[in-house]
Amino acid sequence: MNRLNQLYAWLMLLPALLMLLAFTYLPTVTTLWHSVFYPARGSQPAQFAGLDNYRMLIDDPVFWQALSNNLWYALGTVPLSIALALAMALWVNGRIGGRTALRLAYFTPTMLPMIAVANIWLFFYTPEIGLFNRLLECVGLPGINWLGDPDWALPSLMLMTVWKEAGFFMIFYLAALQALSRDLYQAAALEGASALYTFRRLTLPLLMPTTLFVLVNAVLNAFKLVDHLFILTKGGPNNASNLLLYYIYENAFSFFDSSYAATLTVILLALLVTLALLQFRLIERRIHYR
Amino acid sequence: MLNRRNTRLALGLTTLLASAAQAQTALTLYYPVSVGGPLTQVVDGMIADFERQNPEIDVNAIYAGNYNDARVKALAALQSGQPAQLSVMFSIDVHELRDLDAIVPFDEVVETAAERQWLQSFYPALMENGAVDGTTWGIPFQRSTIVMYYNKEAFREAGLDPEQPPKSWDELAEMGQKLVKKDADGQVERWGAMIPSTGYPYWMFGALAKQNGAVLMNSAGNETYFNQPEMVEALSYWRDLSRKYHVMPEGTIEWGTLRQNFLEQKTAIMWHSTGNLTAVKNNAKFDFGVAMLPAHKNFGSPTGGGNFYLFKKASPEERKAALQLVQFMTSPEQAAKWSIATGYMGVSPAAYDTAALKQYVQSFPPAAVARDQLKYATAELATHQSGRVRKLLDDAIQAVLNGQAEPQAALDTAQKQAQRILSRY
Repeated sequence: MNRLNQLYAWLMLLPALLMLLAFTYLPTVTTLWHSVFYPARGSQPAQFAGLDNYRMLIDDPVFWQALSNNLWYALGTVPLSIALALAMALWVNGRIGGRTALRLAYFTPTMLPMIAVANIWLFFYTPEIGLFNRLLECVGLPGINWLGDPDWALPSLMLMTVWKEAGFFMIFYLAALQALSRDLYQAAALEGASALYTFRRLTLPLLMPTTLFVLVNAVLNAFKLVDHLFILTKGGPNNASNLLLYYIYENAFSFFDSSYAATLTVILLALLVTLALLQFRLIERRIHYR
Repeated sequence: MLNRRNTRLALGLTTLLASAAQAQTALTLYYPVSVGGPLTQVVDGMIADFERQNPEIDVNAIYAGNYNDARVKALAALQSGQPAQLSVMFSIDVHELRDLDAIVPFDEVVETAAERQWLQSFYPALMENGAVDGTTWGIPFQRSTIVMYYNKEAFREAGLDPEQPPKSWDELAEMGQKLVKKDADGQVERWGAMIPSTGYPYWMFGALAKQNGAVLMNSAGNETYFNQPEMVEALSYWRDLSRKYHVMPEGTIEWGTLRQNFLEQKTAIMWHSTGNLTAVKNNAKFDFGVAMLPAHKNFGSPTGGGNFYLFKKASPEERKAALQLVQFMTSPEQAAKWSIATGYMGVSPAAYDTAALKQYVQSFPPAAVARDQLKYATAELATHQSGRVRKLLDDAIQAVLNGQAEPQAALDTAQKQAQRILSRY
C-alpha cells in the first residue's frame, strides 16, 4: 500500500518534473557547457576554452560595473517598493470612500506593459520638455538631465521600477490583511494597545509569510526585469545604468558572443541561488506560519 | 450520381488550386524602422504594388523593430529553420553577416548584363558599406546622411540671417551662443544646438571625424583609428560645445526624443538623420531649414541606414524572386516615392531624375541636401564584431561628454580594446 502510494506520488509529480527538466535544468546545464567554449564562428565548430571566458569576465570592467549597478538597483528598489506596497495596502484596507477606485489606481501601473510605460516615461524624463523638469521649474529648481547624467540614470530607472512594482506587491499584502482574524484586533483593542503597537506587534508579524514571498519576488525582479533599459538608457551613459541581464542580452544578441553571455548567465544564476538561500535562512526564523 | 460527379469536380479543382499555389514563390523579409513616422505603411504599400505586378511572387514583409532587433529576428528565424530569403538590415552589419556565413553577394545572383549594369546604378558613397573585397553584399535602400535642421525663426530672433546657417565649426559655436535663450532666472529656455549622444553616438562622431579629415576604420573592417589626433580634436570640439561654449546641454542627449525637442523649439539646431525630414516637415509649426553639416577641414558625414541583403539559405528560384523584389524596391520610381514619404535618400541618380522627385525637390529644396552632401560622405563605422567595437567607441564618447574622462585617454582605451578584438581578423 505504502509502495503504491509512493508510485502514485511520483506519477503525480512527473509532468511538472518533466517540464522543469526540459525548461529549467537542461538549459542550466547547457549554459554551463557553453560557458567553457569559445563562440562558434560560421561553420567552424566551437573550440574548448576551459576557464578563459571566466578570466575574461574577471578582467571586464563593464561586468563589474553592471554587477555593482545591479546590487545598488536591488538595494534601492526592493525595500522601497515593499514599504510602499505595505503602506498602500494598509491605506486601501481601511474603511474609506472610493476604496475600489483607489485600489484600482494603485494597481494600474502593474497592468501596463513595461515597454509601453518606458516609452511614456522616456518623455517624462526628457530634460527640456519632460514632466519632471517642468515640475522642478515650477518650484524654481534647475532641471536635471535624468537619463543623460551618469549620476542620475540609475536612480531614474529605480524610481520608475518602484512605481511599477509597488502596486503589484500591494495586492499580496491586501489579500493577507483581509485574511487576518478580527478577534486578535478586538483583543488588542480591549487591552488598550495603541495603533502603532498593534501594527508592530500584531499586523507585521502576521504578515511575515507574505513579506517573505514578496521579498523573494522583488529581489528576483531586481535582477530579471530589464525591459525598460531597452527604451530608457540602453545601459548608458557609459554603462552608468547597465544591469547584468541587459549586459547578457547585449553579448548574446548585439555581439553574437553566446559563450560570454553563457558565462555571465552562470554568474547571475549563482548570485540568485545564493540570494534565495540567504533570504530563506534569515527570514524563516522570524516567520510564524499558522 | 450527380453527387459523385460534384465530388470529383471539387477534387479536380482542389488539385488545380494546389498546383497553382506551388507555382508561387514565397519570400519572407524582415525590415527595420529606426526613425519616427508611419513608415511601415509605406513599405507595406510598396510591397503590395510589387505583388500586383508580380502575381507569381508572394511577399511576407515583417516589421522587426530597430536595426538591432531586425538583425536578431532575421538571424534567429534562419537558425530555427524559418524561411527568410532576404532582409533589410543595418548597412554596417556586412562583416558580421559574412563572418556568420549568412549572406551571398549580389554578384553571384545577377545573371544578365542588364542586372550587372543595375549593380552600378547607385551612388558610390552608398555602396561603400555594402562592398567588401570588390564584391557587392548590400544594395542601398533606406539610406541617409546626417543633416543639420535649424529653426529659421530662432535665427531671426537672434539677429542672424536665416538663410546663412553655420558652415564651419567656429560658426556653429559662435552662432550657437547667440541662439541660446535664457529666462529671467538665467535658466535656458532654448539651446543653441543639440547633437544626440545616445543610440548612435559613434555615427555622429563619424561626422565630426570626417569633417576633421579622418575616417574611423579601414574598409576591410579589421582596423580602427579611434585615437588619431584628428579624432581627439573632434571629440574635444563636441565636448566643448557644451562645457566651453554652453551651446548644448551637458550630459548625453537622447536620440529618441531629440526631434520632439526641436519641434517644441527647445533647441535651435539639431543634427539628425535625414530620415526624419518628412516627419519634421509635417509637424514643425515654424519655418525651418535644412543644411549640410558644418565643415572643419572639409564637409563630411557618414552615410547611414539599411541595405538589402540576400540570405544564403534559399533556392535558386527564391533568389531570383528576391533579386526581382530588390530591383523593384530600389527602382528609380519606388526610390523616389520612398524618399518623398520619408526623407531617406533616393538611392540612385536616376531617382532624382524622375518627374516626381524632381518636382518635390523643386517645391521643397531641403529634400536635396542629403544628396548634395553625398560627395563629402564616408562609410559608417563597420568592422568585424561590430557590436562590441561600436560599444567601445560609444562608451568613450559618453564618458567624455559626461566629464568622466579626457578625450585622449578615453579614445586611447577604446582603440586599444578595439585593436585587441580585431587582431584575429
